[in-house]
Amino acid sequence: MGISIEVNVNGEKRHSEVDARLLLVHYLRDTLGLTGTHVGCDTSNCGACTVLVDGKAVKSCTMLAVQANGAEVKTIEGMAENGELHPLQSSFKEAHGLQCGFCTPGMIMTAANLLERNSNPSEEEIRHALEGNFCRCTGYHNIVKAIQLAAQQLT
Amino acid sequence: MASLIGKPVKRVEDKRFITGKGRYTDDIVLPGMVYAYIIRSPYAHARINSIDTSAATAMDGVVAVFTGKDITGITGVPTGWQVNFKNGDTMKEPPHPLIVADKVRHMGDNVAVVIATSKELARDAADMVEVDYEELDAVADAVKAVAAGAPLVHDDVPNNIAFDFELGDKAKTDEMMAKADHITTLEFTNQRIIPNAIEPRCAIGDYNSATDRYTLYTTSQNPHLTRLLMCAFVLGIPEHKVRVVSPDVGGGFGSKIFHYTEEALMIWISQRIGRPVKWNSDRSEAFMTDAHGRDHITKAELGLDSEGNFLALRINTHANLGAYLSTFAPCVPTYLHATLLQGLYTTPAIYIDLTAAFTHTTPVDALRGAGRPEATFLLERIIENAAREIGMDPTELRRKNLIPPFDGVNEPGYQTQVALQYDSGNYEAVLDKALDMFDYKGFRERQKAAKAEGKLLGVGFSTYIEACGIAPSAVVGALGARAGLYESAQVRVQPTGKVSVYTGSHSHGQGHETTFAQIVADKFGINLEDVEVVHGDSEAVAFGMGTYGSRSLAVGGSAIMKSIDKVIQKGAKIAAHKLEANEDDLEFANGAWTVKGTDKSIGFGDIALTAYVPHDYPAGVEPGMDFASFYDPTNFTYPFGAHIAEVEVDKDTGKVKIVRYVAVDDVGNVINPMIVDGQLHGGIAHGIGQALLEGAIYDDDGQLINGSFMDYTMPRADDLPSFEVDRTVTPCPHNPLGVKGAGEAGTIASTPAIVNAVLDALSDYGIKDIKMPLTPERVWRAMQNGK
Repeated sequence: MGISIEVNVNGEKRHSEVDARLLLVHYLRDTLGLTGTHVGCDTSNCGACTVLVDGKAVKSCTMLAVQANGAEVKTIEGMAENGELHPLQSSFKEAHGLQCGFCTPGMIMTAANLLERNSNPSEEEIRHALEGNFCRCTGYHNIVKAIQLAAQQLT
Repeated sequence: MASLIGKPVKRVEDKRFITGKGRYTDDIVLPGMVYAYIIRSPYAHARINSIDTSAATAMDGVVAVFTGKDITGITGVPTGWQVNFKNGDTMKEPPHPLIVADKVRHMGDNVAVVIATSKELARDAADMVEVDYEELDAVADAVKAVAAGAPLVHDDVPNNIAFDFELGDKAKTDEMMAKADHITTLEFTNQRIIPNAIEPRCAIGDYNSATDRYTLYTTSQNPHLTRLLMCAFVLGIPEHKVRVVSPDVGGGFGSKIFHYTEEALMIWISQRIGRPVKWNSDRSEAFMTDAHGRDHITKAELGLDSEGNFLALRINTHANLGAYLSTFAPCVPTYLHATLLQGLYTTPAIYIDLTAAFTHTTPVDALRGAGRPEATFLLERIIENAAREIGMDPTELRRKNLIPPFDGVNEPGYQTQVALQYDSGNYEAVLDKALDMFDYKGFRERQKAAKAEGKLLGVGFSTYIEACGIAPSAVVGALGARAGLYESAQVRVQPTGKVSVYTGSHSHGQGHETTFAQIVADKFGINLEDVEVVHGDSEAVAFGMGTYGSRSLAVGGSAIMKSIDKVIQKGAKIAAHKLEANEDDLEFANGAWTVKGTDKSIGFGDIALTAYVPHDYPAGVEPGMDFASFYDPTNFTYPFGAHIAEVEVDKDTGKVKIVRYVAVDDVGNVINPMIVDGQLHGGIAHGIGQALLEGAIYDDDGQLINGSFMDYTMPRADDLPSFEVDRTVTPCPHNPLGVKGAGEAGTIASTPAIVNAVLDALSDYGIKDIKMPLTPERVWRAMQNGK
């Protein structure tokens, strides 16, 4: 029945037997209990489920768990290292880049991928990069500021 | 210890959200839990001839399938507000069943529910349920719904009219209108929008037969009211046996205030099957079942004299309430809309006639601003058109008609023509400040220069006032509310001097855990880290009326202030005993009681410990330091402001780009300016969404044809600019913090500012109005049809 997969999630190898139809997001949330990755829609538009797969931002509802076999997946739970918050995490707090917090993990993972590609993005480039992530609380104003702040800290 | 009030303190709740440790309802998994999938009506109006559940029931892993016929003796979810007809007849209040038995009345209505051991299995089994529908004619539009011969939503509601309503002086308004030198008319639709909090609704019912106790985990802004309504008015179960937990809530914007069918249904099912059961809405369900907002069709007339003074405002509105009356639905178009038609202006005569209609659509209720955006849009749009028609600058026309300043202390509050009395205001100040920030004179020059280059720049203005701090119980009771709208708070000083605060307000992103802690730490002179704010659990918090209507700080914060005062008063008795001083000779400051004029003092922590270890203790004083309070406001609070939008319209495509957005708001005293600014940003974005992007589209058969994020355009990061926000401070005179509320202000102001800006950019085209949302296609067509 189940298909055997091995996925490196936040630096830890996980072996699981999963249904072929299981989405990566449900694997993370339901099988591994990593509930920091959220589900906000059913059409891959909202971006709340964004994680890094082999370093690239991916909406984990657009991918099957079996497709992640052999991949390295990083979720919001894996962003802090040795108890130190990632600069994006601390800058979201510093710049008030979150309110209800539901879109926040997806925003941070998307921003992490942006800053990997472009260490000094303009406001326009940040807004463009966030096109696939909805936030209903902040009007994006402070999310943009938070990413700018993190970019400064990372360079 | 530096003062914390007024400082941009970073939020204490953030750490769990930025590390993925937030706990939302769907994150909760209970032992033995099963999953519910609700079969929704694909039709807006249909008779259910039969439902065959046998194939689904026979599947492995399916626990049960319930239809409306299984639920007996339960009428459905109630509404919390009663607005009777003008002639005194009782409001029509048809039942809203947990699952319909005979007929569906909107797309998404609950038809059956499948319970299975996994959510995938529940969904698979739902596909095996056969429902035989007989489709019936439907009506989705409020004006069409009340016309003769329209299909009836409820057989016993003639003409689909839930109630009609009027406010203001009709005779005086007609008389003043007849004297007007100029009458501006505007007919428009304030379109239906869909709330779309990013966290979909979720509910878990958990009945324990051994203790006969029920627990409901739910995505609610309002857990205590949900418990009360569900226990007393839906299921008839004992309230003291029911716990409602609303953990972290991923946005609400009004849509999670209401008691929904799914909440009561999960409790009912859990009791029937003896296991916990979870329902988690998917986004398609959210589009069809979260209560929608707005949806007014309005004819407005503004009468002016030859100098531009407003003489009279006359309104006729049809409000679409959807298929059933949601929790607050009757009060939104009436007491949250009609009562705000004075705006910031001295208009001496106002009259509104309103018809509230049932249609075959999703129920409509409060959505960020709730009624006040509709009132503000109406006023600010018609004033803009009036200015253009009489050839007066739009800012001058507004200024000429502004209510003069009053502080509500030395000068009385301002009595409007539409029932409310404003608390305090300095309205010209916000307009002046906004114009200054925007550089209005400079803009008109830039606009001319741009025009010479073939570019279309426009500026749009909006002022607003809102009634927040909802609400004085006796007043709302007289207006039809079936509940009081006070708030509760408990301040528990622990023996070590740490403080737990229990509030009936419930944050869904507003940062209560920080703002309330700032107040408590500041008043007690202790560290912010020594205060913990608890909310969202009926077992922990005595009672509460929840978070909506920008009420949490004005009402919930005031309740906390009452408990703080009680702690300080009791502490003074203990301190007087310990210091061998007269209580009247003590003062409390910086975390210590001091004998005035001496260095004899005792700290907050010592007094807390003494209260719990009362060995050396004043006679007649009870041990402990734990005070509950209820605060019922004496009036609404009235935030106000002035917003200015600058847009550029692309001549070739009709696309609107927001170049600048300036907002000056007065929300009274500010506890945390960072959080207040954040509330403004989000609110402005929501209102811009309505102006340019969003709108539910129903076809003539009542089908919601843009019910997904693929089709319903939400504002994205690159649709919006950064915002320039500032404020003035006019304290509220009637609550202890002097605060007014900030959660809805941006949404109320921004929609008309944007539309006015687009019409200003197109002023050479002779366009009177463009229907919202102002999509490129609509703007382009208006330009083609213009001069």
